[in-house]
Amino acid sequence: MERNKNFILGVYSDPDEVVSAVMKIRSNKIKVHEVYSPFAIHGIDDALGYKRSRLPIAAFLFGMLGTLLALTMQFWMMGIDWPMIIGGKNFASLPPFIPVTFELTVLISALGMVGVFMVASDLKPYKKVRLMDTRITDDKHVIAIDLGANNGASDEIKKLLKETGAEEVNEKNFE
Amino acid sequence: MSKEVFVFTPSTKKKILILGLVGIVLAAIGIAILAFGGHGHAADAGHEASGHSFHWTHRLFADLWINNVYFLGLAIIGVFFFAVQYAAQAGWSSALIRIPLSFGSWLPFAFVLTLIVFYLANFSSHWHMFHWLDHSLYNETLADGSVNPNYDYIIAGKEAYLNLPFYLIRMVGIFLAWIIFYFVMRKINFAEDIAGGVNNYRKLIRLSAIFIIFFALSSAVGSWDWIMSIDTHWFSTMFGWYVFASWFVAGVAGITLVVLLLKENGYLPMITDNHLHDLGKYVFAFSIFWTYIWFSQYLLIYYANIPEESIYFIERLKSDFYTPVFFLNIIINFFFPFLVLMTRDAKRHGVFLKIVCAVVLFGHWLDFYLMVTPGTLQENGGFGFLEIGTILVYLAAFLYVVLNSLTKSALVPKNHPMLQESMHHHI
Repeated sequence: MERNKNFILGVYSDPDEVVSAVMKIRSNKIKVHEVYSPFAIHGIDDALGYKRSRLPIAAFLFGMLGTLLALTMQFWMMGIDWPMIIGGKNFASLPPFIPVTFELTVLISALGMVGVFMVASDLKPYKKVRLMDTRITDDKHVIAIDLGANNGASDEIKKLLKETGAEEVNEKNFE
Repeated sequence: MSKEVFVFTPSTKKKILILGLVGIVLAAIGIAILAFGGHGHAADAGHEASGHSFHWTHRLFADLWINNVYFLGLAIIGVFFFAVQYAAQAGWSSALIRIPLSFGSWLPFAFVLTLIVFYLANFSSHWHMFHWLDHSLYNETLADGSVNPNYDYIIAGKEAYLNLPFYLIRMVGIFLAWIIFYFVMRKINFAEDIAGGVNNYRKLIRLSAIFIIFFALSSAVGSWDWIMSIDTHWFSTMFGWYVFASWFVAGVAGITLVVLLLKENGYLPMITDNHLHDLGKYVFAFSIFWTYIWFSQYLLIYYANIPEESIYFIERLKSDFYTPVFFLNIIINFFFPFLVLMTRDAKRHGVFLKIVCAVVLFGHWLDFYLMVTPGTLQENGGFGFLEIGTILVYLAAFLYVVLNSLTKSALVPKNHPMLQESMHHHI
């Protein structure tokens, strides 16, 4: 069966039920595609078994890039390309460069993080958004299970979702 | 009996006693080397703060003063940390809130020691650790009408603030206020264990807010009086913040270390990696804050390049001895905690946290060393057995007092209204 096409959706009202449902579904060796929720549910990341984001590593690397960029730029400009006497200081003196270095470190780190985040979460202009259920923007939580990733065992999945307290169990197909 | 109350076991007491004795022996060796080793430094009569020849007692007194100020900082930051948690109505820290509070028990001892060392360092010989205490600086003419060669118009202009009676009033006033704040907070906090309810909690919130405002002003005044006035000509508007930042990092590192050690010995079972993570964030963030203040002070003085301001850094950057210490200071107080505590895992694992806290605690002692020593001892400053010994003596005394105070109540407040939040703290 093709992946990312056919989904089974369990609709819940209570966020605590969602967390316990996700744990139970995963303990039954069924892969959860995603949980959609109008607000952040505490502990859902652990229940879904998500690994910690590697975004901080990107932030650190971009930060270092910013530091190097800022120092190179200033030493080259002030020391080599166009030496200028300012306040009787040396052409290339570190202390006055530190504030600019700090700012560029923060800037490049932040921009780099945003960029990496966009790429990693596949956010792009003209992206076609697939909405599982309009009520996830209001008051319902939805556990989406990809049939393609679970060998199409739809009856079993539906039964399990009902058992864990789902108010509705729907199917959703994307072409 | 579960481990609700800290038991100050004889073996722990013995260890602390040995630590103190080792300190005394090391300090005695250091003094013997200084007194009989023949240092050979001649008097540097022209220098601002030394009209008299160097004597080993000067180094001892300056060193005692550093330790006084440093450990006073640990104590008052404990109370300040406590107050901040209450004023912010923080939930996460309520299970460990009595550890910072216990640091305040050092305050009365710090008060007495400060008075004693202040007397010894300024009145026991002809030497004044605080140069402005020299009476000969203030009169333009001598009694017989001739010009006073010692007259210093800059210091004479500061006489309205820097005179002995006013100085002592400020010192005693600040200490007494801090001690009273500490005892009242402690009393209310302990009363909560019996009374329950939220009345005591509300009282502490109000009192904490008042204390924070008072502390903001008084810690700045204290830093001018106890440290900045050593370099009497010099002043820096950043100094209050600078001392506060140094105290705060050291204080939070101390709190973290005590929490870690208590946990290792089976106390505080509800303190998890999540609480350690938050304490680690404090150490990490305020190390950066300290660096920010440190650098701001440096950059402004560097840029303006006014001789009377830059003398402070010239003393520290044009010296064979102080310059390496100056750079060591920034390495172990900024680069080390910044790089080691950056990752989440490092803040959550006791080993990393313990190493960083210990290093940072020493680092900020070194910071105070750099504030005090160049101004008081000039080229006669040093770091050896004497300094290590006195640190150990003070550390042992501080630990004894703090641990003794921890036995006076349950380690975890029984009826703190936020206790449940702290127990389920998860980040």
